Amino acid sequence: MTKDNKIEFLFKTPLDHFDLDVALDIPARGVTALFGPSGCGKTTILRCISGLHQAPIGRVVVDGEIWQAEGYFRPTHTRAIGYVFQEASLFPHLSVRKNLLYGQDSRSPVSTQAFDHIVDLLGLGRFLDRSPRNLSGGERQRVAIGRALFSSPKLLLMDEPLSALDKPAKEEIMPFIERLHENLQLPIIYVSHDINEIEHIADYLVLMNEGKIVASGALANIQSDPNLPLAAYHDSAVSLEGSLVDYDAHFGIAKFEVHGAFLNVPSSAIEIGVKRRLKVYASNVSLSLENIKSSTIENLIPVCIIGMKETNPFQVTVVLGLGRQGDGAHILARITRRSWETLSLSINTSLYAQIKAVSLVRNQR
Amino acid sequence: MMIQGLSNDILTSIFLSMALASATTLILLVLATPLAWWLAHSRARWKEAIAAVISIPLVLPPTVLGFYLLIALGPNGPGGMLASLWGARTLAFSFPGLLIGSVLYSMPFVVQPIRNAFEAVGERPLEVAATLRASPWRAFWTVAVPLASPGFLTGAILGFAHTVGEFGVVLMIGGNIPGQTKVLSIAVFDYVETSQWGTAHLLAGGMVVFSFCVIFSMMLIEKRLRQARL
Repeated sequence: MTKDNKIEFLFKTPLDHFDLDVALDIPARGVTALFGPSGCGKTTILRCISGLHQAPIGRVVVDGEIWQAEGYFRPTHTRAIGYVFQEASLFPHLSVRKNLLYGQDSRSPVSTQAFDHIVDLLGLGRFLDRSPRNLSGGERQRVAIGRALFSSPKLLLMDEPLSALDKPAKEEIMPFIERLHENLQLPIIYVSHDINEIEHIADYLVLMNEGKIVASGALANIQSDPNLPLAAYHDSAVSLEGSLVDYDAHFGIAKFEVHGAFLNVPSSAIEIGVKRRLKVYASNVSLSLENIKSSTIENLIPVCIIGMKETNPFQVTVVLGLGRQGDGAHILARITRRSWETLSLSINTSLYAQIKAVSLVRNQR
Repeated sequence: MMIQGLSNDILTSIFLSMALASATTLILLVLATPLAWWLAHSRARWKEAIAAVISIPLVLPPTVLGFYLLIALGPNGPGGMLASLWGARTLAFSFPGLLIGSVLYSMPFVVQPIRNAFEAVGERPLEVAATLRASPWRAFWTVAVPLASPGFLTGAILGFAHTVGEFGVVLMIGGNIPGQTKVLSIAVFDYVETSQWGTAHLLAGGMVVFSFCVIFSMMLIEKRLRQARL
């Protein structure tokens, strides 16, 4: 067994209306999101990886350790996973503290230091000795995440952990999941049908439909691929990893460097060097052949057209590479078909992108 | 006085009933738990047939069950063969015989609540336990049993109370031997038969109070347990 820093799986198993038939290698680091419509088999993949469901044909290898192979199947309790279910599913007969420590290895118990660290990270300190029934939905889900972490997993599986929560609870819990992502070297497979959650936390994205994998790759690559469904979404956007190079305290504008360009983003004060995830909606990007300096638009940057796809008969989605040669990060622009033809745009046209708004998504590692 | 002599007889009957009911309940908890677990979790198609067999005593006239038991426990049945191991001729008309009969007769009253409780707990808590490295054995004792505790309580109380109240089966296989098979319910019948109305009143009234206490305390405890679960 050699550690190869990847998670490999292959499953063939019948679902209600079609067969799940997937095979994939994903990096054993960061957050890999499984995204697709409800019932496309995302949850079944997690159940197969964890051993809760035994696919008739299946293979799971996590960082060189075989969990399932032909004629070999390790039961769930022998797999080093953490599993966060859609509903927190806390044990109602145990206190929060006992829930948290239920999965600890009795031969090497969680140290006080490690316990305090995660309790702190998830903000659980206030209700350790309470019963889980007195907690709010968001608090329960945080306890469930903590409980999964204390079982010392090699891989954390999260099955739509936010979908059972209302909007305030989602917004309450999202920062905790982000902190987890930043503070722990633990690969996470995150199932969701909410693209917003994914834009927040995913590093790597797997698109699924009807039991099959449609595409997989780094988040921004999948978002900006004009042949994949995400780019055609009404609110399609691309996530960019930026680091702060300058902050103008007088106007409250932060200047971020992304691959191939600098972007100005209104923001409260941030330290130089901080990494943040930025998000650019396709509908906020317009194109101009000239460098219009007299404009209220903060970001006017040279780009090069590297792809195009008709979204509908009157609208096109343009893939832009940042920089005059287009060799930087990719963003999308949503323009009318008429503009495309009037400006006689084509692949390899160098021009300027006016970005009306860039939003800050979150801290980056 | 006569009351003095009688009350001794009554005490023996009460003691016998309690001993029988306690032993029956204990044996049933041991037998019913794996059975209820299997019924709640197995996907075997014929499990409902097994459930039906266990539940037969619910509808069968106790005398019919008693009749078959009498044959089974008698000198020519398996019970008789078992009894010959320690030199007895039959298991009928003995305390062990009563115990076997009570276990069979009260079985559905214990199995059913425990099965329902296991089913109400569902798969999810056990799956969660498995994802937290708990072996099936540990998950059973630390998750399934505590969560199903109201069902165990109901089963134990129903099994106990039902054994105290059984009459037909006892009459068929136990007869009326003081100190051995003359349990409370038989004693009441005996006193009525022999026109000792005062004693019969005392015993019958005591049984009513006992039954009320059992049911009432069960309801209170169940309510509290359920509140603790939610």
